Amino acid sequence: MRNRDQRRRFFHGYLSLFFFLLSVALSLGGCGGGERAETKDSKRQPLISSPQPAYGDTLVEGSIGEATNLIPMLSSDSASHDIAGLIFNGLVKYDKDVNLVGDLAESWEVSGDGLQITFKLRRGVKWQDGYPFTAKDVLFGFQTITNPNTPTAYAEDFRQVKKAEALDDYTFRVTYEKPFAPALTSWGNLVVLPKHLIEGKDIAKSELGRKPIGTGPYRFREWISRDRVVLEANPDYFEGRAYLDRYVIRVIPDLATMFLELKAGGLDLMNLTPIQYSRQTDDRFFQRNFRKYRYLANAYTYLGYNLLEPKFKDQRVRQAISYAIDKEEIVKVVLLGLGAPATGPYKPGLWFYNPGVRKYPYDPAKALALLKEAGWEDRNGDGILDKDGQPFEFTVITNEGNPVRQRTAVVIQERLKKIGIRMKIRVIEWSAFINEFIDKKDFEATILGWTTGFEPDQFDIWHSSKTGKKELNFISFKNREVDELLEKGRRTFDQEKRRAIYFRLQEILAEEQPYTFLYVPEALPIVHSRVYGIEPSPLGISYNFHRWFAPQGLQRYERLALAP
Amino acid sequence: MASYLIRRILTLIPLFFGITLISFAVIHLAPGSPVDVLADLNPKMTAEAKERLISYYGLDKPLHERYLRWLGRFVSLDFGVSFSADRRPVLDKIKEALPITILIEALSLLLILIVAIPIGAYSASHPYSAFDKSLTIFVYVGFAVPTFWLALLLLILFSVQLEWLPISGIKSLDYARLSLAGKLWDTSSHLILPVLLSAFGGLAGLSRYMRGSMLEVMRQEYITAARSKGLSEREVVYKHALRNALLPVVTVLGLSVPGLIGGSVIFEQIFAIPGMGRLFYTGVMSRDYPLVMGILTIGAFLTLLGNLLADISYALVDPRIRKGGRG
Repeated sequence: MRNRDQRRRFFHGYLSLFFFLLSVALSLGGCGGGERAETKDSKRQPLISSPQPAYGDTLVEGSIGEATNLIPMLSSDSASHDIAGLIFNGLVKYDKDVNLVGDLAESWEVSGDGLQITFKLRRGVKWQDGYPFTAKDVLFGFQTITNPNTPTAYAEDFRQVKKAEALDDYTFRVTYEKPFAPALTSWGNLVVLPKHLIEGKDIAKSELGRKPIGTGPYRFREWISRDRVVLEANPDYFEGRAYLDRYVIRVIPDLATMFLELKAGGLDLMNLTPIQYSRQTDDRFFQRNFRKYRYLANAYTYLGYNLLEPKFKDQRVRQAISYAIDKEEIVKVVLLGLGAPATGPYKPGLWFYNPGVRKYPYDPAKALALLKEAGWEDRNGDGILDKDGQPFEFTVITNEGNPVRQRTAVVIQERLKKIGIRMKIRVIEWSAFINEFIDKKDFEATILGWTTGFEPDQFDIWHSSKTGKKELNFISFKNREVDELLEKGRRTFDQEKRRAIYFRLQEILAEEQPYTFLYVPEALPIVHSRVYGIEPSPLGISYNFHRWFAPQGLQRYERLALAP
Repeated sequence: MASYLIRRILTLIPLFFGITLISFAVIHLAPGSPVDVLADLNPKMTAEAKERLISYYGLDKPLHERYLRWLGRFVSLDFGVSFSADRRPVLDKIKEALPITILIEALSLLLILIVAIPIGAYSASHPYSAFDKSLTIFVYVGFAVPTFWLALLLLILFSVQLEWLPISGIKSLDYARLSLAGKLWDTSSHLILPVLLSAFGGLAGLSRYMRGSMLEVMRQEYITAARSKGLSEREVVYKHALRNALLPVVTVLGLSVPGLIGGSVIFEQIFAIPGMGRLFYTGVMSRDYPLVMGILTIGAFLTLLGNLLADISYALVDPRIRKGGRG
């Protein structure tokens, strides 16, 4: 979560400042622009009813941040991972419906005690330099990621492994200390490396980070620093060559410029802001030339209570605040309707998401009743609830540079004021926010977000053993049943059983409200309408990128001669 | 002159190391560390892994030791390796970003000189005329208008509506396949708006400076003397007054030297130009200490060099300074 968030922080700061000015500029610029561009584009836009897949064309995407290192285990920013994801494969991957399927592994077997996984690897796969891929590459990647000298943020899952061995060229076996259910998903593309190119060198300084060689659908062509990365289709990809010849990722750090570039035809894909999605992309020009998508992002925002604070120790108080906050309103006002109220720490629609938990619809009367039960009442008639002579007031902290969170805080402040709770808002620069307040547990409540994934394990966030300094359970949530569920969830491989475990976890969290779960934002990509083959799924849209195509006649860029 | 020069240079050396010391202390005292960017609120990151990264970056050593190590490397012109995940030498990153920034900044400086000096001179020779007043208004508007906003307006006009100029970056996608003339035009067309806009903001300062300095010169007795000799106003203004009025401009030019490599974060951000401004900005935000130190050191060096050159040229053209220096 950190990186995407951080980048947002960089740019939203002054962006929001001139969004207003931009809208003035757009209206000053006149509405003629759309019309003109339309005539220019109309000749290639009769929508094709049954488009035939064809090779060729280039897709240009805009990205606000630049990749740092294209060896996946060395970088932790989404820009790097998005690009590296097309160049490298893992042993396993998610299919459209978020089931784990083989990627470089053809199949796998988990031993009865859950301690051993044996992967059967695909035969005949080649690295993009022609060298054959074998189990030795997987073993090498594993050894590299667990090597203390490798500067990686992802070693933890692999430290659970007691033994890893390449039984033969196409069989790879790992043995775990304890059964570890998230193990399987960890064998994605972080860990497979071309041994013949890196062995004996310092991976951190390997030139592969800038000129990667993988096994994936795209291969590396060019990287101009802070400007663009160019990939081209790998003609030998084991699942068949990708349709689009070329994929260009342009770094445009300013969202307003990026939007103009999209309008002018320089980009085929970008992620819109809610205001661009709902207010600026509905004219005929956009309807003709682009398709917009929206799906829930892998993230949620919450109001977290420091449970060491006496007033938040009472579950009724937390429930009351949840009733007093109108989540629908936050989604409507802050996200312009492009999101969904959150009910727990998972994204709706995934197999482990429990839709049946206790909900907290906006109900100020119920909130007041609960607060009264807990001893909070307006006894002195000043409009603020009090208990033992103390008024109910607290400070919520959030990080600088995230206007969405700040606006959320303001909406909540207003709602709480209505029931007699005085909430102050304090916005703090990220590093100080984390080091001085969150890590030291020196806060009453905080508005923050987590990114979530397709693996339900959230041991680090909810387990009572993770409440130490600088750990992620910084609200000090402790619940014995939750601890047991989290431990059991890690040991259980059967999906049905896991589902039951995490359903129960969500019930407890919904009842206890250690966080008031606020909302899940939506990702809002827009793609040029000549591109077909996009099938939105809970994974987003880019998971089947190598199946995207531009039909003959609609292609815009020259074909490339791809040397095998 | 020689002793003046030596004295100036000798004072610059401790100044230079003072600057690096202060810069080093300030960037390390700012909250946060490069490890935070990787580690904060990352569930995959254990405390132990964080410690490993801290020692990997050498951040577990005391500050003075780190500074001395940095200094030791710096003496052999080694700026170290960036803390960013690409682990590239700082010098490589700077070399990559520098040319485009120097090109844009030099062009815009040139444009400022070409426009600001005549504007200032003309305004001073016709003070408080309608022309002077409208120029004053124009340059102040230029100074006051938020340039990022103006940039977006111009982009909408020239790039989206008229489609004359490209929007962002410095090269088109098909750059490699263009003819030489095509390449030239491609790059120039990408540079027109950034150069124009960064010059626009700087125009006000220099033209006002020029005007002020010119007005002062015009009050000097030798101008009266020149007039009384019966020289034409043209000759008085452009031959006698202008030359002397240009002197302070030299100082301003000297001060612009560090700007040549600093670039502008705002313009590079808006026009997506891969220059020094963005390099520095991302370096600061991710607490990439070696990179930030590298850029600051080069910047400090150039600032001092610029000052020195300005002083020298000043001394060369104005004997009073040389003599004053001795006295």
